[in-house]
Amino acid sequence: MSAGWVVAIVLAIGAVAYFFAAQRARVQRDSTDRAKEVPHSLPTYHGWLAFIFATVPALLVFLVVSSVSSGLLEGRIRTEVATHIADPAAASLSIGMVHNTSNALGQLGLSGANVPASYAALRDMATSAGISLAESGEDYMVPLAASVNADAGVHKLIGQGLTLLLALAGAAFSYSRIRLRLRARNQVERVVLWSLLAASTVAVLTTVGIILSMLGETIHFFSDVNPLTFFFGTVWDPRFAAAGSGGSEGQFGLIPLLMGTLYIALVSMLFAVPVGLMAAVYMGEYASNRVRSTVKPLLELLAGIPTIVYGIFAVVTLGPFFRDLSAALAGGFSFIQAQSVLTAGIVMGVMLIPVVSSLSDDVITAVPRAMRDGSLALGATRSETIRKVILPAALPGIVGALLLTASRAIGETMIVVLAAGVAARINFNPFEAMTTITVKIVNQLTGDLEFNSPQTLVAFALGLTLFTLTLGMNVYALYIVRKYREQYE
Amino acid sequence: MSLESAATLAAPVSRPNAPPKMTGENVGVFYGAKQALFDVNLKIEQFNVTSLIGPSGCGKSTFLRSLNRMNDTIDGCRVTGKINLDEDDIYDPSIDVVELRARVGMVFQKPNPFPKSIYENVAYGPKIHGIARNKADLDEIVHSSLRRAGLWNEVKDRLQEPGTGLSGGQQQRLCIARAIATKPEVLLMDEPCSALDPIATAVIEELIDELRENFTIVIVTHSMQQAARVSQKTAFFHLGKLIEEGKTEDIFTNPKNKQTQDYITGRIG
Repeated sequence: MSAGWVVAIVLAIGAVAYFFAAQRARVQRDSTDRAKEVPHSLPTYHGWLAFIFATVPALLVFLVVSSVSSGLLEGRIRTEVATHIADPAAASLSIGMVHNTSNALGQLGLSGANVPASYAALRDMATSAGISLAESGEDYMVPLAASVNADAGVHKLIGQGLTLLLALAGAAFSYSRIRLRLRARNQVERVVLWSLLAASTVAVLTTVGIILSMLGETIHFFSDVNPLTFFFGTVWDPRFAAAGSGGSEGQFGLIPLLMGTLYIALVSMLFAVPVGLMAAVYMGEYASNRVRSTVKPLLELLAGIPTIVYGIFAVVTLGPFFRDLSAALAGGFSFIQAQSVLTAGIVMGVMLIPVVSSLSDDVITAVPRAMRDGSLALGATRSETIRKVILPAALPGIVGALLLTASRAIGETMIVVLAAGVAARINFNPFEAMTTITVKIVNQLTGDLEFNSPQTLVAFALGLTLFTLTLGMNVYALYIVRKYREQYE
Repeated sequence: MSLESAATLAAPVSRPNAPPKMTGENVGVFYGAKQALFDVNLKIEQFNVTSLIGPSGCGKSTFLRSLNRMNDTIDGCRVTGKINLDEDDIYDPSIDVVELRARVGMVFQKPNPFPKSIYENVAYGPKIHGIARNKADLDEIVHSSLRRAGLWNEVKDRLQEPGTGLSGGQQQRLCIARAIATKPEVLLMDEPCSALDPIATAVIEELIDELRENFTIVIVTHSMQQAARVSQKTAFFHLGKLIEEGKTEDIFTNPKNKQTQDYITGRIG
């Protein structure tokens, strides 16, 4: 029986429990005089409570038994393999082979006496059944895999039996507990609260997990490369170091990447902020309801375009256009390269316009109408009102919105991968190519790689740097926005 | 204080023969298809306080807001009939709304100082209209406006502090100072005391009486005592129609219309 079936059966038990519990509560309610005793909860709450008792503990136990079982088996394989192979790197390869072997045995339906004695014999059987196995396997792996499979079967049986038993027990328990005054409603409420809490914890725990996994690899990287030369190095040339020419330090300089990132983000903000802000002012202050209700969704549609599409637009259309334009302007010599800071910045700016305008629109419309009326009644024009009253009043919120936008710009990947180029250099000419942290992360991790050389580990250091940067900006932006909110409410 | 004695406290109409400052002829206001005001004919006398009274939704605020065309800012609002400021039809296409609003200032129900300093709040109007020639001139306008609004002694040492930090009554007087700093001819007040406590209200009422010397004032109020105390003329609105208007003392002591009588004695509204 597969895990899917177990879950389905548990849910079915829960559904049956729901039905019977609700029915029992209904019968109890109907057979009592309301004047003497008032039922505490509606029958559906008794039903839900029974469903929860039947499913939640059972599924939790199933999860725990499954993960404990896989942990135990993994540990067994590990110790067994270690008795044959001392070198940890080679051992990890063999562990993988044992897993494959046990999979093959499972798929072929071999167990106990049917298991072939040698690895070669098993491999022949597997190949004829269309299952591929590594060539270099050894004979000790076959009995090991077979016994692991046998253990797994036992674990599975225990787990499934326990789960189903628990589901039935839970259903029966909650069914027997049904009384007129049982506070089923409050108990369901508590379960709802806990599940909401669990849902919100997932995001937080994931963030923590991301940071920890990156932190581990980053520390690994910094044991090879001096942090000072990483953070303050001005040369980015990881491949040169890989040649083993001795100059491995100083080749992982962050500065050119950081400058490229900030420069492109700056160009995009220079483009997106005025356009987005003016669009927001138009939407919030001038547009009639009819225009607003058509244009605003259209503008927000821009936010739904995948960024890779923007990147394609940049590299296929805008980049060549700028190159040809500059060639025409300068009489043949194109001073704007096809991949340039300018192209990447502008296209990213277009992507950011809806972000800027929708965030600032919220802030601008949050300025009380009384401010507008006060200014207009003094004989100010609309644009005077906007410039002198509304924008100053909304300024903290707008700054917060811009910081959020900037952190989007800094973390953006696909547009710059396509449009900015890969040349890591310190450069102030916006018409030439530069590269960003995100582009280099993609570069370093593209391909079939083992995460054990500084060349790949540097990606984690870069990622963590980027994460710290954007996290800092987001926190600061939220702080500003919150401070601003307090003023009006 | 009874209504009668309150009415007699207000000074008599000062310049009875002067032409009316503002005149409404057959004024109607529509919000979309719904008509909120019907055929209102009302004269606003110069250097008088005219109070508009009536139950909620009777159209008194609507009429007030059509006097400086603040209704223009509401989507779907349309005004018919004619409103004159001196000789000018304020709904004539040749009229500059912005200029009109500088001539007809307004104070709102809820104090709405800008999130700027006290000084900047008052200087706002003079700055955008270029009333002051230089900094000293501007200072003088700000100071005298604050003085006339009766706020000077309370804020003279903290002109650079935010106007939003003042108390409710002070904020409302700041808004009055802000409105008179642009040197308007008419001052519209939309329930200026409804968000204030009785003491702050008394201060503002006293102020209104003083401002009458230089400004023509139209005030919307829910408090009949207030109308009796501060105004020389009173207009009673009901269900979008002007029911009765006349000298305040006449309206309160000897109303001609049954509805007016019912309202001021508290039987409707």
